[in-house]
Amino acid sequence: MAKDKVISRKIALVGNPNSGKSTLFNALTGLHQKTGNFPGVTVDKKTARVALHNAMGSVIADYIDLPGTYSLHAKSLDEEVATNVLIDESNEAHPDVVIIVADATNLKRSLFLAGQIIDLGIPSILALNMMDEADAQGIHINHAVLQSRLGIPVVPVSARAKTGLQQLQELLVQEPVAPQLPFISIANLAPEERKQLQADHTEWSEYKCLVKLHQEVKKGSTRFQSVNSSAVQAEETLLRYGTIATILDAIQLKQQAVPARTRQLDRLLTHKVGGFIIFFILLFLVFQTIFFLAEYPMMWIEDSFAWMRDQLISNLPSGFFTDLLTNGILAGLSGVVVFIPQIALLFFFIAMLEDSGYMARVSFIMDKVMRKFGLHGRSVIPLISGMACAVPAIMGTRTISNWKERIITIMVIPFMSCSARLPVYTLLIALVIPDTYVGGVFNLQALVMMGLYVFGFVMAIGAAFIMSKLMKSTEKSWFILELPVYRIPQWSNVFYTIYDKVKVFLTDAGKVIIAVSIVLWILAGFGPGEEFKHVGAEITLLQDQHPEPNDSVAYEIKIRQAKQLELSYAGRIGKTIEPIIAPLGYDWKIGISLLTSLAAREVFVGTMATIYGAGDEENTDPIREVMQREKHPDTGLPVYSFATGISLMIFYAIALQCISTIAVVRRETKSWMWPSIQFIGMGLLAWICSFAVFQLLS
Amino acid sequence: MGEMKRHLNELRVGESAVIDSFTDPDLQVKLLEMGCTPGETIQVEKFSPLGDPVAYNISGYILSMRLAEAATVTIRSQR
Repeated sequence: MAKDKVISRKIALVGNPNSGKSTLFNALTGLHQKTGNFPGVTVDKKTARVALHNAMGSVIADYIDLPGTYSLHAKSLDEEVATNVLIDESNEAHPDVVIIVADATNLKRSLFLAGQIIDLGIPSILALNMMDEADAQGIHINHAVLQSRLGIPVVPVSARAKTGLQQLQELLVQEPVAPQLPFISIANLAPEERKQLQADHTEWSEYKCLVKLHQEVKKGSTRFQSVNSSAVQAEETLLRYGTIATILDAIQLKQQAVPARTRQLDRLLTHKVGGFIIFFILLFLVFQTIFFLAEYPMMWIEDSFAWMRDQLISNLPSGFFTDLLTNGILAGLSGVVVFIPQIALLFFFIAMLEDSGYMARVSFIMDKVMRKFGLHGRSVIPLISGMACAVPAIMGTRTISNWKERIITIMVIPFMSCSARLPVYTLLIALVIPDTYVGGVFNLQALVMMGLYVFGFVMAIGAAFIMSKLMKSTEKSWFILELPVYRIPQWSNVFYTIYDKVKVFLTDAGKVIIAVSIVLWILAGFGPGEEFKHVGAEITLLQDQHPEPNDSVAYEIKIRQAKQLELSYAGRIGKTIEPIIAPLGYDWKIGISLLTSLAAREVFVGTMATIYGAGDEENTDPIREVMQREKHPDTGLPVYSFATGISLMIFYAIALQCISTIAVVRRETKSWMWPSIQFIGMGLLAWICSFAVFQLLS
Repeated sequence: MGEMKRHLNELRVGESAVIDSFTDPDLQVKLLEMGCTPGETIQVEKFSPLGDPVAYNISGYILSMRLAEAATVTIRSQR
């Protein structure tokens, strides 16, 4: 007997959005899946390696989940990726077999894409998905007739109910067979130009030449100027739907209808008044959860890191490496991990909304408003999420397919006041806004807080409007969107979405955040000259002499720590930039805080606490008191005047002082250009607004 | 015949018509691919709360588009 040969086989899943393709991918692969990127683009690439066995032998199946698409003539970046993988044999992801995922409850449109793939000549299997729903709706599909008409194997499955999967896997182990017949004859579609391409590439299939031809025309190739691409595509589409009509006739499928439940739910969820009320209640819940519920796990994470840090400090000899480990690396790591609860919670909601079919309705009811500002209906959820944290919000813009609208959304999200700004606002408001009531009802401090959130929102919308006027785009913005049938969300889909997003964040953005944290640690922990070393020695001496310091010794240590920070590189930088920030009403101490805030805005509070050597981070009262007493050395006036306080609030509301956001924007836009524009632009705007406010008020 | 040319954006809620032709070549391809083929019956399912976009019932599913996009579709009345 011949030895068992291990065959590996690349299998691509292709299908319309909402065809249940991801559910099928999850059902076939489980936890084996990995997420990466298609080279050069920010389109997610999900792959998985699974061993398949049957009586005949085994196959190593390399699954790849291609982006959902309606046609091989791509209209968006996602669709282009799918097309290129399918038509280009040299593409590393090019499959040996394609599983065409068709929605049995919407067969007509599903067969359109199926026909195109059949004409490419790639061995394919049609997975007739959602058979459970079709059965419930009384739809009977004679799959034997369908199979003979299509010339490829047809397997009825239900990815949700996990039926038919074995039969599908059985087919995947067998030797792939190319489709037997063409779906349509393309003889009359741009024959001359196709012949030219064919002559250069004899190995290409006829239909591949046609798809390539359209790509060439789209790229603006002068060679094929004579081709009227859209007319040829329109003709092809009509031919395909002609064939589909005869197939549907042959299997005696009657016209499929929108389920009554979906129409009833739509009456409620897209109702003139009720639709908005429900949407805002949902938003409120999402926001509250990300804002408040995430606080507990975030606290646990910070506490565990603090505990680890204490353990390391007390168990390791003090010195450079211990300090690097505890205050540099561990602090950076903590700054990364602490985002996980918010990211997980946000994507829990996004996946639920997406999977249930409600997300399309959000776009549907909000599109008109968002369009006025150069955004898309799909920009709503990311923008609102930005009020919790820009990092997951920016990752959530993937659902916007138009490139320009997506970039604008990404660029304006950081204007929304995120939860990291909250402690800064709290401290500054307590400092300069009197705790009085306006009209006897409204607390002035609360009003200012709310005003800052509104201010952020107005800035975001305004910036979007300006960007939409400045940016040129050849890509058409359109809203031809399927409103899918409402379905109960699949836990597995929700789980895999969260798992994916957290993993991508940790591996990609995490690296940058840790690196920058270490740089900031160096800047704040080291300084030039003897004086810095001298103060450091004093601190060490005091700490050695008093292993358990009393209040007065602790105070002495804190004063020296403040002095040390002043003499550090960060302190020098603070003094160097003082002339630039003086017109805004800031001194070098605030300068240091602006710098260290780059790790995360809430660091402002901690840095202030160190500089003023008072209190701990938990309780802002002592810092507030010390800050209030602070007098300017030249003028003798309070440093934290009303004008400075307001100016600082405005600065923090506008400026992009967040390395994590910069790292995520770079990842999502695949370029340093966008985060640079964002950082510099928002910085300049913050400076100008704070300058204006300070000069006006002082 | 002598019927005036009407466009899809002129239909009101619940009204239906038959798709006749398209005036924008790019949108034509997208709409055809989505199943809006000439001869197919299309019905207004509902308007978005702010009046735009509109949801249509076509070949067994719901497709939404902006009024400006619907204006590129010419329709004729059902027989």
